[in-house]
Amino acid sequence: MSERTYRPEGIADEFTQGTRGGESEAGAAPSGTPRAPRIGWRGMLRWVWRQLTSMRVALMLLMLLAVAAVPGSILPQRSQDPAAVVEYLGEHPTTGEWLDRFGFFEVYSSPWFSAIYLLLFVSLVGCIVPRTVAHARAVRHRPPRTPARFARFPARAAGTTSATPQEVTDAVAAHLRGRRRWLPTFRVDTGTEEAREARGKLPARPAAATVAAERGYLRETGNLLFHLALLGLVVAVGVGQMLHYRGQAIITEGRGFANAVVDYDTFESGAWFQPESLVPFSMTLDSFTSEFATDTVAFAQSRDFTAAVTVTEPDGSTSAETIKVNHPLVIDGSKVYLQGNGYAPDITVRDAEGEVAFSGRVPFLPEDQVYTSRGVVKVPDVSPGLDQVGLIGYFLPTAVIEADGSARSVFPLPEDPLLILEVYRGDLGLDDGVPQNVYRLDTANLTPSVDDDGERVQLLLEPGDTVELPDGLGTVSLGEDVPRFVALDLRHDPSLGWVLAFALTALVGLTGSLFLPRRRVWVRSWTHDGVTHVEVAGLARGDDLGLQPEVDRTLAAVPDLTAGPADPGSGSGSDSGAGSGAAPTHDPERG
Amino acid sequence: MEIAELSDLLVWAAATALTVAMIAFAVDLGRRTDERVGARATADVPATVGAGSDDPRVPASGTDGPGPHGGPEPRRRAAGIAMSTTWLGTAMLLLAIVMRGVAAGRTPWANMYEFTMVGSFIALVVFLLLNLRRDARFLGAFVTGLVILFLVVGLNSFHVAATGVQPALQNYWLVLHVGVAIGATGIFTVSFVMSALQLLRDSRDAGSPFLTRPGFRWLDRTPEPTTLESMSFRLNAIGFVAWTFTVIGGAIWAEDAWGRYWGWDPKEVWSFVIWVVYAAYLHARTTRGWSGRRAAWFVVVGYACVLFNFTGVNLIFNGKHSYSGIS
Ligand code: HEM
Repeated sequence: MSERTYRPEGIADEFTQGTRGGESEAGAAPSGTPRAPRIGWRGMLRWVWRQLTSMRVALMLLMLLAVAAVPGSILPQRSQDPAAVVEYLGEHPTTGEWLDRFGFFEVYSSPWFSAIYLLLFVSLVGCIVPRTVAHARAVRHRPPRTPARFARFPARAAGTTSATPQEVTDAVAAHLRGRRRWLPTFRVDTGTEEAREARGKLPARPAAATVAAERGYLRETGNLLFHLALLGLVVAVGVGQMLHYRGQAIITEGRGFANAVVDYDTFESGAWFQPESLVPFSMTLDSFTSEFATDTVAFAQSRDFTAAVTVTEPDGSTSAETIKVNHPLVIDGSKVYLQGNGYAPDITVRDAEGEVAFSGRVPFLPEDQVYTSRGVVKVPDVSPGLDQVGLIGYFLPTAVIEADGSARSVFPLPEDPLLILEVYRGDLGLDDGVPQNVYRLDTANLTPSVDDDGERVQLLLEPGDTVELPDGLGTVSLGEDVPRFVALDLRHDPSLGWVLAFALTALVGLTGSLFLPRRRVWVRSWTHDGVTHVEVAGLARGDDLGLQPEVDRTLAAVPDLTAGPADPGSGSGSDSGAGSGAAPTHDPERG
Repeated sequence: MEIAELSDLLVWAAATALTVAMIAFAVDLGRRTDERVGARATADVPATVGAGSDDPRVPASGTDGPGPHGGPEPRRRAAGIAMSTTWLGTAMLLLAIVMRGVAAGRTPWANMYEFTMVGSFIALVVFLLLNLRRDARFLGAFVTGLVILFLVVGLNSFHVAATGVQPALQNYWLVLHVGVAIGATGIFTVSFVMSALQLLRDSRDAGSPFLTRPGFRWLDRTPEPTTLESMSFRLNAIGFVAWTFTVIGGAIWAEDAWGRYWGWDPKEVWSFVIWVVYAAYLHARTTRGWSGRRAAWFVVVGYACVLFNFTGVNLIFNGKHSYSGIS
């Protein structure tokens, strides 16, 4: 069992023997050499389970988990950047295929990664359940009896007083319990000892009153809470995965969308998601504003994005809201994020017959900080017998034409917009019914328009312009206004609150388990020649800087304390290394 | 002169003061070694180490004070100089950070340069606070050495002009999440030094042919490996809780800024790896056969991951955390 093989280094034996009671014969099965089971499959199963729930295996699994997580940060991942995966596969056909076979492009949902963390959590359950039971029992244990000799304890103090041993015991016990009666700092037992003959090294001593106290049960509670919260966290995340949905929509100023699966450009959801659960609100983008730095240091860096929207609830009520980066809009438990923005120039194409073949706002996706934006227009063959036309181009919000005739954008806001288009014709595949990426035009089978020198024709349009397409293909015009578009991401994950609650519980439990001190304090007092002698000893789990101060405070709680013989029980000078806090006598400042 | 330039100048000045401190710390470590040569040289190194030292149950809660054989400690002038120049360097760094914040008009930890500056500052503060409780001056040469390295690399390679930040960073989580991450990094820096010393000292005590050379005699002046291990553990415990908070805070922020609380972005992956490595460290400490040296190696690996998460992940990988400002 895990808690058998587990014996922390540095923990005083007295501690393990006391609280862990029956479980403490840890040496029984040396952990280095697992006994081979010779008792059939049940023995085998038990052996496997025992191994799985041992600290050593938990440690191995933790190490494996760390190592297994790394490849996902080095190789492109499908869930984040599918295009990069395709590119990688193209560049490394052989290794790429093997990597793909073993799930290296979906590391975090791969069988091996899942296996590691699932085993870890099985191990965790197997570890935590017996520990919880043992702890529940330990919580009812009384503090261990006051030891006969205090000399061997790392922290000691002693003094004398005119109070009786009973008064000392009462005062010290009250001090150790603390003020909160419902949650005493120490659990305290008081008792008495018979007079003692001199025996071996121990001097004779009259009858004494004793106090035995222990604190720090919450430390183990915190540890258990932490591990249980981790379990809860993983379950909550998993449930969220099953129930969540996420959709993306690009909308331009003045337009809107409704919260329905068909209205999203992309939509994905977990296995337990029900489309009926979408609340049918709708939303309109009223306006979008952006601000950019104009100082020389951070020129053109973004400073603010704000989308003003009107939300219409299913009951018809409307409200004006804003969405900003970092400030998603929450509607009916779903969150709407502002994930991107750009320009969607209004483009109209007329064919050679003068028919409107295309008219609409075309989102151009920004490619850099100054919103050099790329977009395509796919013009169908409206009039019979004509080619389909494809336009690929850049939109430059603030364009500057260089001496060599090339143009570039110098600022992200539309101060001097320019649209640059190249023209292709041929079969765009619009009639095949195959879904197409609206932001890509495959030009492999298309014919570009070239001028007399064989150079590609570039059309330049400012807002309001209409220009002739080359090769008599018709005309293209750019609308007077350049509308903005925003990319909205709508997400619903009902487990969010649980995930957060478990994470915070884990944090609290962890803090308790690492910082709550686990200490024992014993006090003995007896009267000799009309003076009451008091001695205090402390023991901590591991190295505890606060132990000696705790012992000192305990002694200071004795009424009418006077400086006494230095450390009567110790009789050795080995205390000298303990330094500052360890002075065994105390100034009797109190009352 | 612009206030931002003044800040940069102060960082250089702090690095200079810390260089003086580092040399003085090194001299101190070397001197004390010489004083002890006699005591040590007569002892058969591997066999008697630890003999006569305190009962392991007695925590070395006070100073490291005179060694087991030593008489009263001679005055350590070099150490005194080292400590005051460290205080000076730390104060200058603090001023530099404040001025940087004033110049940029925001919290001064939003890019790699500022992170380096503040993380170095925290490491120094941890070191100085530690010295208020016990004599930890043996760490000085290494802590100041690392900090100087960080500051110089920061000034030369990560430096960007002080300015505002993009919308995704305009959030109180910048203060909390990043602030605590820097704090944890500063703490891990000091605990790394302790664990590294623990490993070195332990190897020397075990008679490693390389580390028993006279050039490593200064290692005898560092505390016992068990003391180093418990000092390191105490810091790592704080660092680990801070890191846990960093990861949770990052997830809360990501939920608002990026629309998901966890997405295995390279920065998230490495923060997770760091967390798991330090969790493994905490387990190793309490697993029979893994405490002591092996556990200390986890601290070394964990710290390597912390450094990589900061440098490699920011500069090599292309994730959402590309806020270095370095193109
Ligand atoms: C999801 C995997 C796990 C994580 C992330 C994890 C994390 C942690 C952390 C951070 C601590 C430090 C708290 C402390 O020292 O008090 C800890 C302690 C502990 N863990 Fe785990 N743990 C995991 C799985 C396990 C498993 C499977 C076992 C049992 C085989 C286990 C047994 C323990 C024990 C006994 C302690 C107490 C150590 C001590 O007394 O300091 N843990 N764990």
